[in-house]
Amino acid sequence: MSANDGPVPHPPRGTPVPFPARADERDRAWFVDKVVQVLVFAGGISGIVCVVGIFVFVSREGFGFIAHTLDLREFFGSIAWRPTSDKRATYGILALLAGTASVTGLAMLVSVPFSIGAAIYIAEFARGKTREALKVLIELLAAIPSVVWGFIGLTMLNPLIIDVFNVPVGLCVLNAGVILGLMAAPIMTTIAEDALKAVPDGFREAAEAMGATRWQVVWRVVLPAAKQGLMAAVLLGVGRGFGETMAVLMASGHAINLPTSPFDQARALTATIAAELGEAEKGGDHYRALFTLGILLFSVTFAINLLADTFVRGRRKRGG
Amino acid sequence: MDSGAPPLAIEARGLNLWYGSFQALHDVDLRIRSGIITSLIGPSGCGKSTFLRSVNRITERLGYVRTTGTIEVHGQDILAPGVELVQVRRKIGMVFQRPNPLPLSIRENVLFGWRLHREERGRPEPHECDEIVEGALRKVLLWDGVKDRLDLRATELSLEEQQKLCIARLLPMRPRVLLMDEPCSALDPKATEAVEELIWDLRGEFTIVIVTHNMAQARRASEECVFMLLGRVVEHGETGAMFVTPECRETADYIEGRYG
Repeated sequence: MSANDGPVPHPPRGTPVPFPARADERDRAWFVDKVVQVLVFAGGISGIVCVVGIFVFVSREGFGFIAHTLDLREFFGSIAWRPTSDKRATYGILALLAGTASVTGLAMLVSVPFSIGAAIYIAEFARGKTREALKVLIELLAAIPSVVWGFIGLTMLNPLIIDVFNVPVGLCVLNAGVILGLMAAPIMTTIAEDALKAVPDGFREAAEAMGATRWQVVWRVVLPAAKQGLMAAVLLGVGRGFGETMAVLMASGHAINLPTSPFDQARALTATIAAELGEAEKGGDHYRALFTLGILLFSVTFAINLLADTFVRGRRKRGG
Repeated sequence: MDSGAPPLAIEARGLNLWYGSFQALHDVDLRIRSGIITSLIGPSGCGKSTFLRSVNRITERLGYVRTTGTIEVHGQDILAPGVELVQVRRKIGMVFQRPNPLPLSIRENVLFGWRLHREERGRPEPHECDEIVEGALRKVLLWDGVKDRLDLRATELSLEEQQKLCIARLLPMRPRVLLMDEPCSALDPKATEAVEELIWDLRGEFTIVIVTHNMAQARRASEECVFMLLGRVVEHGETGAMFVTPECRETADYIEGRYG
């Protein structure tokens, strides 16, 4: 280390520069570097460890049930979810699947136009303070706990739906869909806005210099260029809707039913697990059936996220 | 606009431009003749790009730009309050430093501006589109190279082809002025030569104003030359004369590479 102390006089031209220290000397920076490498590696790998761990835990409980007790035709084909029946317990999830799908579908109808619209406004039209204020507000919206959303569905939307549509009960697919749509909107807006921002400004400049109006620029240039990222945003919103529990439990009515209209009550997969796991006998058929639902949910959200990820990657690779 | 070819294409009078509180152009008076190539030279930050961009009014994309004075293009003041920005930009095409074809097919790139300004409604006839695409691409000497892959994404072309395409997409709008902001600075020497030749071929039909950092390019590829310094026009004259016997000391110093 002595060679590092003070300025080194420049050697005259032609003389070889001496090595500053022994080549195999390990100084403090070397050790710090190693320690940090290990820490960062541990941090990075922990994500994978957790995902694998959760999957193993859920499968251990669920797969035994799938292998021994489960009748797949009944599982996917029957609407009778009667795990606590005294005569014969049945595990049909068709109604639950339909409940989740209808609520999520309706939620997307609500949130896709709102989110994409908001993202376009923030990324392409709003300037300065308006833009900053909107971004903060949308992030705030994302921070509202889901039980609060459920609360809003229960106490505000419920009487509103009863009043406006003249139906006996306001806890239904419509209620849950609207609530879920509002919940999914912030994350979709944020990701969609990122996708729009990633469109190189040169494209906008080129189009504007040819006399395109702001809207023509957005419609003909920016949106097509950001298509992949926007798809990813929508998919992540779907994933969010699929996995959401508490708000759906509170707003959907939680009745096992194949919904045929937005005013029908429904029950979601997630809400079923949340409501029943506490009462199921540990290790029993009911308990393990709920874990099977968990595996299903896990697989679906995993697939959706993977798909969204390939969209995002596709966008990066093509650079537009 | 007049139907005959007026001698002046662009006439700027008392043009001042501020980026926020920074004044980039000081009282610029400039008369650019119609149908020739005029090059704008000067060191970085001298305002030559700013002047060029303000003729297309693309400077206004930045919200904090303020302009005073007039710019008349073929007798019409494009900075006047009642002027439609869209019409200004249609008649005054702009080519940028980095080739920036839109992320669409080659074909759609050529048709983009034309579609924006088409007056009749409804779908255009396919053969009409084909003619426009072929005509524009032939004019920029790109047709033979790309005629079999018109549906390829334009961003996958080579930089030289991209820049030629960026010129081609202006032609269907029938602009009268082409503004080029260092159109060859992102290109290798061979591509530069090809694009320069193309620009040279287009003179006469269009009034071309080209900003360049490259003295040799200004000298060989323009008929008149404007030297700018610190937001002001220092000298404007016939290119050959200016490079041989510049009138101002600053021009001579810059041309000889003493600064800039």
